[in-house]
Amino acid sequence: MNTIILRVAVELMFPMLLVASLLSLFRGHNEPGGGFIGGLVAASAFLLVTLNGGVEEGQRRLRFRPLQFIGAGLTLAFVAAVLPLPFGFAFFEALWMDFYIPIIGRPGTPVLFDLGVYLVVVGVVCKIVFSIADDD
Amino acid sequence: MGPLAIILLVVFVASVVAPLMQRVPVRWRTRLLALVPLGAFAWFAAYLPEVLRGETWHEAYPWVNGLGFDFVFRLDGLSLLFALMITGIGAIIVLYGGTYLQRHPGLPRFFTYLFIFMGSMLGVVLSDNIFALFVFWELTSLSSYLLIGYRHGHAGTRKAALQALLVTATGGLALMAGLILATTAQGSPVISQWVPGGEALVASPYFIPMVVLVLIGAFTKSAQFPFHFWLPNAMAAPTPVSAYLHSATMVKAGVYLLARLSPHFGGTPGWNETLMTFGGITMLIGAVWALVQTDLKKVLAYTTISALGLLVMALGMGTTLAVQGAMVFLLAHACYKGALFMVAGNVDHGTGSRDVDRLGGLFNVMRWTGAAAVLAAFSMAGFPLFLGFLGKELLYEATLDHPAFIWPLTGALFLTGVAFAGLAVLIGYKLFFGRKGTTAHTPHEVYPGMWVGPVLLALFGLVAGILPQRTIQGLLAKAAEVVVPGAGTLEIDLWHGFTPVLGLSVLTLLVGLGLYRLGGRIRKARGWSRRAGRFGPERLYDGGWEWATGFSTRSSAYIQSGHLRYYIMVILVTLFVLALLPIWYYDLFHPAHTFAGVDPYEWLLALLLAVAVVSTVAASNRLMAVAILGVVGYGVALFFAIYGGTDMAMTQFLVETLTLIVFVYVLWKLPNYITLTSTGHRFRDITIALTGGMVMTTIILLVTDYPLGGELKRFYAENSYTLAKGRNVVNVILVDFRALDTLGEITVLGIAGLGVMALMKLKLGKTPAKARPAAEPERRKR
Repeated sequence: MNTIILRVAVELMFPMLLVASLLSLFRGHNEPGGGFIGGLVAASAFLLVTLNGGVEEGQRRLRFRPLQFIGAGLTLAFVAAVLPLPFGFAFFEALWMDFYIPIIGRPGTPVLFDLGVYLVVVGVVCKIVFSIADDD
Repeated sequence: MGPLAIILLVVFVASVVAPLMQRVPVRWRTRLLALVPLGAFAWFAAYLPEVLRGETWHEAYPWVNGLGFDFVFRLDGLSLLFALMITGIGAIIVLYGGTYLQRHPGLPRFFTYLFIFMGSMLGVVLSDNIFALFVFWELTSLSSYLLIGYRHGHAGTRKAALQALLVTATGGLALMAGLILATTAQGSPVISQWVPGGEALVASPYFIPMVVLVLIGAFTKSAQFPFHFWLPNAMAAPTPVSAYLHSATMVKAGVYLLARLSPHFGGTPGWNETLMTFGGITMLIGAVWALVQTDLKKVLAYTTISALGLLVMALGMGTTLAVQGAMVFLLAHACYKGALFMVAGNVDHGTGSRDVDRLGGLFNVMRWTGAAAVLAAFSMAGFPLFLGFLGKELLYEATLDHPAFIWPLTGALFLTGVAFAGLAVLIGYKLFFGRKGTTAHTPHEVYPGMWVGPVLLALFGLVAGILPQRTIQGLLAKAAEVVVPGAGTLEIDLWHGFTPVLGLSVLTLLVGLGLYRLGGRIRKARGWSRRAGRFGPERLYDGGWEWATGFSTRSSAYIQSGHLRYYIMVILVTLFVLALLPIWYYDLFHPAHTFAGVDPYEWLLALLLAVAVVSTVAASNRLMAVAILGVVGYGVALFFAIYGGTDMAMTQFLVETLTLIVFVYVLWKLPNYITLTSTGHRFRDITIALTGGMVMTTIILLVTDYPLGGELKRFYAENSYTLAKGRNVVNVILVDFRALDTLGEITVLGIAGLGVMALMKLKLGKTPAKARPAAEPERRKR
């Protein structure tokens, strides 16, 4: 599926989708969005690339292997769960910082957790598509 | 953290550290690791003065608050006796095992399992809380499984390991149930807080199941009839394991438990009689079976069963003398049997054979091993000056003193003693001084690391036998006092004068000597034992095994058809039936919905969906079907968007899109579209699909009738911003209120990704030539 239209569209869409995915990840706490939706958007960006240039191209843009995404995401989510423990809070009790970062918002363990969800979703979707598409 | 917990922790840490010490030369590694149990032994020994004064040591660590699951440790005479045996013999076994298996590539694994076992066994004898006790109890079964199956290359070894695990772990479950029943009767999961005397237990409506369950637990672990069969099979384990688990420690866990529970269960109806009966049967069966074995390890295994039966019988007698005798015999047996197992390993190592009929005259080449064997055999036979003699004397005194069953008890003990004496002569005399035998290779002495341990153990039997007052008397008396409160001092002397007991001891030795002379002939005539063995309880185990595996094979062949459509069909039909049953049974569905107030654009959307659904079903090729199915999905997403479920709508849109792309990838690989299903099948599928649609519609209409979780909704709406600092309630629920659920979900998601990868890597039906096995099993299955 290597047509000029798709190729140009992908080059345009790819960065936009990634930015959109990060935006929806971080704004998810107050507006519609979140890690799951953001992860799906990001995954669709990589899928477009894969559709156009094949698995090698998709993997190259992804940089890390999908399994590493899954592992990193699960680790982050777990860290977000246990991070409050040493501070005397309960398992999964949210820890919040006292300042705001533009776009990201107030940093805290739920944001970290959402980032974990995001990474897992990207990893799983890419893993599934790469596995299926690579099977020749 | 208290000392007991630290010791336990150190032992468990050793199990992790041991395999990391690969760089250390094997000799030094073994010696370093032996320091762990040795240090623990010294530490426990430091408690001797306190315990001898009658004090006990307690430690408690909360585990699960409110459920009574706590790590409560208690060190009294009984647990100290066991702890010293576990660590003392443990140190010897680490040294012995490290030498015995020094060239074996699995040595790191061996140490890991061994230390896990050692820690859990210590946990069993130190735990005062039944839940902690159960955890450690099952851990010993588990580590014993790993240790028996250490040489897992042989099918027989794996079978033996699994058998030991199934028997003892099932018993462990029974034990747990029994102890929980006892806890409900006593009101506390901490055994030392139970009221002594059995009144509270007998008053429980579940008294009989309680006793039966506890006894199953203890009997399986301590290889009592009718569960004894796993122990001889467990001899598939490497000899160090047999010496440690199957003579000195693990199999005594059941005896320990019975002893620990004696103050509470002893004297309740049937308890003592049951212990005496089953203990006595086990003792005699073990003794008789030991006589007909030719494999040295099997001989030892059956005498161990016999000894365990003897201990259970003595605990069942329950008198002070009997329990004191049991404690002395327990220690004597652990020492001589541990030593003899190691001797068996050395003989195996030095000659390549374990056949008692073919071995002989080894003393000239294996002096140290021979010395250990002779010393241990004297103790086993119950020869004066040895610890075994003291135990036997006390036990004879106890049986002669028993208020009810003097003759059966004394007779059974006499017969067992005779068998022990005869077999002791076989091992201590024939193997090392008898006529030279024929062996696989020229016999040679083993490494010092392999004879130091047995010599030490056997020597202890002599020292403690000569000087009981200075070595063991105090501790054993305290241990017996735990079992029989108020037991008082332990009277052991080498010389009682010319009493009937001494006469019995001498007679036992003499008849045992005679039995040894007949031994070869008895072993030759062992054909009958094999025939009789066919009717043993192992038949039941084998039958149960066949039935269970056969049943699961047949049922999974039936359920796991390998066709995705059947799986989906089963899942959907089950769901529909389960959903409809309560609706029909409680008569819940009274539709009062009208179409009033439905906007035109909603009608339009609904129409679009309906047309798309029909077109999907009618589509003549897959790509078209998938594309139109996408339309259905987007339509549903539009509905979400209209009714304010923005997050739902976004997710639905994205999932639809991605699904479509994945579908396209899959469709490339599928063959051309042809109709394979018959008309009948299609009617069936249509029926299921229509039913499904109606069920879901019914459920959704019902849900709108009952505004579910109004309070919950309000809670989330009110607290989302104040507590969780987020205005998007859906996302706050996902990442904060119900974050644990989400963590579970993304874990499942990750595993699903791995599953897809595994499926694609499998490439059923087109295995590349190099990876293809001789006969393609996958294909044949299909």
